[in-house]
Amino acid sequence: MPDAGMPAPIQAYAILSALLFCMGVLGVLVRRNIIIVFMSIELMLNAGNLLFVAFARYQQNLSGQVVVFFVMTVAAAEVAIGLALVMALFRTKRTTDVDDVSMLRG
Amino acid sequence: MTLIFFVIVAAIALVGAFFMITARNLMHAVLWMVLNFASVAILYITLSAPFVAMVQVAVYAGAIMVLFLFVVMLLGERQLTFQEHLAGQRVWAGALSVLLLALLAGALLFGVYAAPAANAVSVEQMGAQNPQLVGSLLYTDYLLPFEITSVLLLIAMVGAVVLAKRRLL
Repeated sequence: MPDAGMPAPIQAYAILSALLFCMGVLGVLVRRNIIIVFMSIELMLNAGNLLFVAFARYQQNLSGQVVVFFVMTVAAAEVAIGLALVMALFRTKRTTDVDDVSMLRG
Repeated sequence: MTLIFFVIVAAIALVGAFFMITARNLMHAVLWMVLNFASVAILYITLSAPFVAMVQVAVYAGAIMVLFLFVVMLLGERQLTFQEHLAGQRVWAGALSVLLLALLAGALLFGVYAAPAANAVSVEQMGAQNPQLVGSLLYTDYLLPFEITSVLLLIAMVGAVVLAKRRLL
């Protein structure tokens, strides 16, 4: 380890990030409520952010933290649009079940 | 000592995530998610990233989750919950997620980690002067992405207004 001051080994952060990401994947796969699916996507973005910050600390390079800043901005924009879509969907079809919104399927 | 602290906070984050994806009540799911975001913010502080931790609390746990709460309250929690019927999908989803986890963990555990570069910032500087350093990076090396971000936010704002208008579809 080049840096002894790290609170936990980098591998521990990496594993935690992988666990959080897989929970997000699981949430997208097993839930049908569009809001839960949406929050699971946020969870995956958050897992990626955690890995970025952990590696920024490990490499002692602040670019990782800047990238997290950008990811958060994009996530905020995505949430604003996504929730507006959920509202529009609920107004027209009175549902938040993703299985009810398969009109585009051929 | 710090390792024990890390394990506790990581466990809280995982518990928050788990109960978020399994929650029946949407309001509870949002609150579990806030718990997860808050514990990840604590991890950011231990990784000498106080600025990112602050932004995490203000933007993620604050703005984004409040937006979720707004939608849940506006549409009515009762109307948003329904019986979810999945055939054999749940088993497959679990198996594939575990497989993905195994692959990720294998790659992350047995991968070769490069040592810090020669021009690395010292850890004390990273923590103590964090906002200055991140800000100067944003306005020098990452100036163009930073400006593009502002356009992206404008587009998102206009899009949200258009989509949320009454007469749309």
